[in-house]
Amino acid sequence: MTIDTTKQKADTVKQEHVLPTAPPTRAPHQDLPTGHESQGRVGAGLFAPGQLVKSLPDAVRKLDPRVMVKSPVMFVVLVGSALTTAFSFTDPGDWFGWTISAWLWLTVLFANLAEAVAEGRGKAQADTLRKAKTDTVARRLAGDTEEHAPGTALRVGDRVVCEAGDVIPGDGDVVEGVASVDESAITGESAPVIRESGGDRSAVTGGTKVLSDRIVIRITAKPGETFIDRMINLVEGAARQKTPNEIALNILLASLTIVFLLAVTTLPPFASYAGRHLTLVVLVALLVCLIPTTIGALLSAIGIAGMDRLVQRNVLAMSGRAVEAAGDVSTLLLDKTGTITLGNRQAAEFVPVRGTTASDVASAAQLSSLADETPEGRSVVVLAKEKYGLRERTQGELAHAEWIAFTAQTRMSGVDVDGRSIRKGAAGSVLAWVREEGGTVPEDAGEIVNAISQQGGTPLLVAVEDADGARVLGVIHLKDVVKEGMRERFEELRRMGIKTVMITGDNPLTAKAIADEAGVDDFLAEATPEDKMALIKREQAGGKLVAMTGDGTNDAPALAQADVGVAMNTGTSAAKEAGNMVDLDSNPTKLIEIVEIGKQLLITRGALTTFSIANDVAKYFAIIPALFAAVYPGLDKLNIMRLSSPDSAILAAVIFNALIIIALVPLALKGVQYRPTSADKMLRRNLGLYGLGGLVAPFLGIKLIDLLLSLIPGIG
Amino acid sequence: MSPVLAGVLQLLALMAALALAYRPLGDYMARVYSSPRHLRVEKWIYKGIGAHPDTGMRWPAYLRGVLVFSAAGVLFLYLLQRLQGSLPGSLGFASIDPDQAFNTAASFVSNTNWQSYAGEQAMGHVVQTGGLAVQNFVSAAVGMAVAVALVRGFARSRTGELGNFWADLVRGTVRILLPISVIGAIILVACGAIQNFAGIHEVGQFLGGQQQWQGGAYASQEVIKELGTNGGGLANANSAHPFENPNGFTNLFEVFLILLIPFAMTRTFGRMVGSLKQGYALLGTMAVIWVGFTALMMWTEFHHGGPALQAAGGAMEGKETRFGIGGSSIFAVATTLTSTGAVDAFHSSLTGFGGGLTLLGMQLGEIAPGGVGSGLYGMLIMAIIAVFLAGLMVGRTPEYLGKKIGTRQIKLAACYILITPALVLCFTAAAMALPTPPHSMANSGAHGFSEILYAYTSGANNNGSAFAGLNADTPWFNTTIGLAMLLGRFLPMIFVLALAGSLAEQAPTPVTAGTLRTEKPLFTGLLVGSILIITGLTYFPALALGPLAEGLAS
Repeated sequence: MTIDTTKQKADTVKQEHVLPTAPPTRAPHQDLPTGHESQGRVGAGLFAPGQLVKSLPDAVRKLDPRVMVKSPVMFVVLVGSALTTAFSFTDPGDWFGWTISAWLWLTVLFANLAEAVAEGRGKAQADTLRKAKTDTVARRLAGDTEEHAPGTALRVGDRVVCEAGDVIPGDGDVVEGVASVDESAITGESAPVIRESGGDRSAVTGGTKVLSDRIVIRITAKPGETFIDRMINLVEGAARQKTPNEIALNILLASLTIVFLLAVTTLPPFASYAGRHLTLVVLVALLVCLIPTTIGALLSAIGIAGMDRLVQRNVLAMSGRAVEAAGDVSTLLLDKTGTITLGNRQAAEFVPVRGTTASDVASAAQLSSLADETPEGRSVVVLAKEKYGLRERTQGELAHAEWIAFTAQTRMSGVDVDGRSIRKGAAGSVLAWVREEGGTVPEDAGEIVNAISQQGGTPLLVAVEDADGARVLGVIHLKDVVKEGMRERFEELRRMGIKTVMITGDNPLTAKAIADEAGVDDFLAEATPEDKMALIKREQAGGKLVAMTGDGTNDAPALAQADVGVAMNTGTSAAKEAGNMVDLDSNPTKLIEIVEIGKQLLITRGALTTFSIANDVAKYFAIIPALFAAVYPGLDKLNIMRLSSPDSAILAAVIFNALIIIALVPLALKGVQYRPTSADKMLRRNLGLYGLGGLVAPFLGIKLIDLLLSLIPGIG
Repeated sequence: MSPVLAGVLQLLALMAALALAYRPLGDYMARVYSSPRHLRVEKWIYKGIGAHPDTGMRWPAYLRGVLVFSAAGVLFLYLLQRLQGSLPGSLGFASIDPDQAFNTAASFVSNTNWQSYAGEQAMGHVVQTGGLAVQNFVSAAVGMAVAVALVRGFARSRTGELGNFWADLVRGTVRILLPISVIGAIILVACGAIQNFAGIHEVGQFLGGQQQWQGGAYASQEVIKELGTNGGGLANANSAHPFENPNGFTNLFEVFLILLIPFAMTRTFGRMVGSLKQGYALLGTMAVIWVGFTALMMWTEFHHGGPALQAAGGAMEGKETRFGIGGSSIFAVATTLTSTGAVDAFHSSLTGFGGGLTLLGMQLGEIAPGGVGSGLYGMLIMAIIAVFLAGLMVGRTPEYLGKKIGTRQIKLAACYILITPALVLCFTAAAMALPTPPHSMANSGAHGFSEILYAYTSGANNNGSAFAGLNADTPWFNTTIGLAMLLGRFLPMIFVLALAGSLAEQAPTPVTAGTLRTEKPLFTGLLVGSILIITGLTYFPALALGPLAEGLAS
């Protein structure tokens, strides 16, 4: 079985109504955000100031040096705070030393607070998940007999039975039976889904609940390593490891810290030659102001918040590395069905056979579809109303009609009313029905059916049996409908430098038609897993990073090969294992949002780093004249902010340095505003905002704080 | 013509000359380092040293070549000086003391040319011509070779090979430095520079008394001194001496020689990475800083307050009347923004801000345009740092010229930018904290501090110019500055070559609309900003206590 024929089959199968209980379309998630919503599309939940207070105890706990040492910049501040505090004990009457020490401690605390708040948002989610993970008793099969075993005692390969009302004891694959399962515990979606043995919908997740029927599950995950366990770790940040880019940035920040450490520690001999003895307090104050504390304090919060933004979109990234890679993706492989086109085909045209009219067909099709609640059936009614102006009719209007509901066996729906029988359905079934009723099939019906098939569409026949006998009236042309807003979306991606490739099992002709309509850059028709794999490898050989979605077992190798592989939660466990992200909503369009979140994460880091470094200029202008104007009066000309006194100047710089962290926590958590646009425009905007802004803001901030300080008697 | 106008016209003439030479020289150098053919004389040299010029070297092998060759150079120079007393053709000068011999050997091999001796009173023809002048060529060629290796790191992919060090060294010397030097020396001689092997002449002075004039290969030494951004002259007065730099034209010609190769290397870089625009972006960055510094220098030197200075048309103390304030300002900036360190005026006599500009110019890492080779690789390191910050701001793992700037690359670039500040600040602090070294200062106060700060800044950045005033011929200064020069030259080279190796192994990332455009003016602006903020801020406290305190005092 091949991937795309699988998909193709799944579509066709749905078309022919074999699976009337197919997983309900999840309307809220399937809705595609359009260009209009682009503003704040990847924003996150709002930041409530109350979270700061709530996270305070956690922030204090993080003062542990063993924890702090992981952030070199903030560790230096911690050591500095301890030194100044110790120094202040030697001169307890020195209010300046105490005040500086207090603000240095606050600087460290604010940094921890930022991280604690970011983690706190995940904790609430983890608690909900833990509730789902109540201790379950599994009904384990030993041979043919059932035995009760605690869920934690299950091993990979064990087979367990679950019936209606049972909580599934662990991750696994359904090996026997079919059941509807409530997965709201992990997806938050209340509509039940179908899980059945074989095929691509066999995976079940521990902690979810069987609502109907009986299934036998083969356990595939060790206790403690189940999906829900991983999810808890993930949202709590326990499993968070520094990503490559974060490590690189940390190295750069550490080296800047060393540079400034050198600049400050070598200052005392220079100063004493000039006749100025510098105290430990002012040296530490200068150092803390110069090292990049703003980004150092917010770096880990930015990372946690980035993961959190994904979790809020019901995407679980198995590693932060994948989130970063998402920002670098330059080729997106998108499955046609469900991503570019609506998952279900829709009626696009009524084609009459010779001797009938389109409106005859429309009328008959409408009546015969009233009893068909599948999306395809509904689309027939909608088309009849919208394009052929037929008044919408309801089943109630025709009281004595006998409605033939659609069944998977008959693969037809219809109505018997006033001596007329109308049927609509899969070509084979309707033809059989017509022949059974002694009717004839016009020659051109076959031609129309073939023509529609060749274009990649699905033909449904409409037939009637009345006084004139049974005959085929015409054909309903079902076709793929490109989702609204897709073209604009691909346009945006192109501007971001991302190439989109549509993957489909359709023949090249159909594929091209849809590709043109949707505006994708390229397509892969009649795709086999080998083709897909070859495409990924070819792109990667050219240095490109590739992202894709998949759900089938035969998607697994490609998912593993891709740099960003998003597995659908409805998919098989093999697919979920192979990918580095799982989308709980199983919405392939989300790949685009994932890319944007990855980019936003990197941009936020870069913007705050730039801001942090640019801040130093103003701090020098505050502190250097304050330190040395006494020995070299000319240096007072550098006091361009006209700060009121040396003490208040240094204090103002330290206070600004601490407060800016708190002020930027919301930005770190929400991420900077991101709009898909070219790198050039993005750089221009962010450099202006965070580079120039970073130069100017501290001049204003320090001056303002100094003004306030000068009001306090004894300082100004 | 007013002196200001004369200065501006000189600057414009210089820019025009550099612009004319840029394309042909840049392209020629690219061909030199890319050509598969060897000249006959080069084949002899390879045979003589037992090198295989067509073998590709991975970065450790390339580095080994650099270090072995340079170590041999230090040893040879050291021995030559120590044995001077017993060598013929030494004009009767004695052997050099061990500490000064070490300092001088380190100085010339590291392309610094810091001189704690007075050339005409210490070094004879053999040491000058057979030792120091040779290093003027090869130390410059080593710098260019390392730069070319880094450029190949960007240009090549999926290979660890950076070219052959011996081939790059020999070609840089034989095909680039030597021919230009020959032409340059002829021009200098034609304009009045001295070129002979005469002994010492006793000359009577106008006001009575005797003066000793020493002959020598001034013109040929002068050319490579400037062209190879070396800076160590025959005469103690360096390019202020009329034998080395007779008139205003030779002054401008020497500045041209200083800036010629460093600027043109950006074209070589653009050629070799296959995008001239990328080279122009670096050229733009260098030019903006260079023109900005020159303008500031002229402004502060012409507009210095005080009645005596105003009567002279600006700060003329320590400057030669035949160059004037304009010519001296242009020279001072060019020599400190490159790793040259030749001087045609006393930097100690520049105004407070002027002295600060020469200090800051070196502290920026000498990358605008910088030393031959070292300017280009220093600038590329800063470009990597700037790309990292900017790349994040466009939402991608940062990449430069299609190569990803990941953990390893940032680690190496970060180590590179740490070295010179660490050397400058630690040695200066140690000198200030110890009891004896400050005795070498000629001045007190902020100016005295500037002397020591300048000495280590000049040494660690391989500039070699002196602020004058400081008596650097003491065991402490000879040893510490010698160490600063060696560490400041070769530690960065280790990181540059390691970086080149890691880049050459990478597969290139294709350019898309999402790629940061590093050939655009916006990036040039960002790069200038990053250089000024990241390296400039490191030295702000030290500068405040030296030149800034002095400059702001009046």
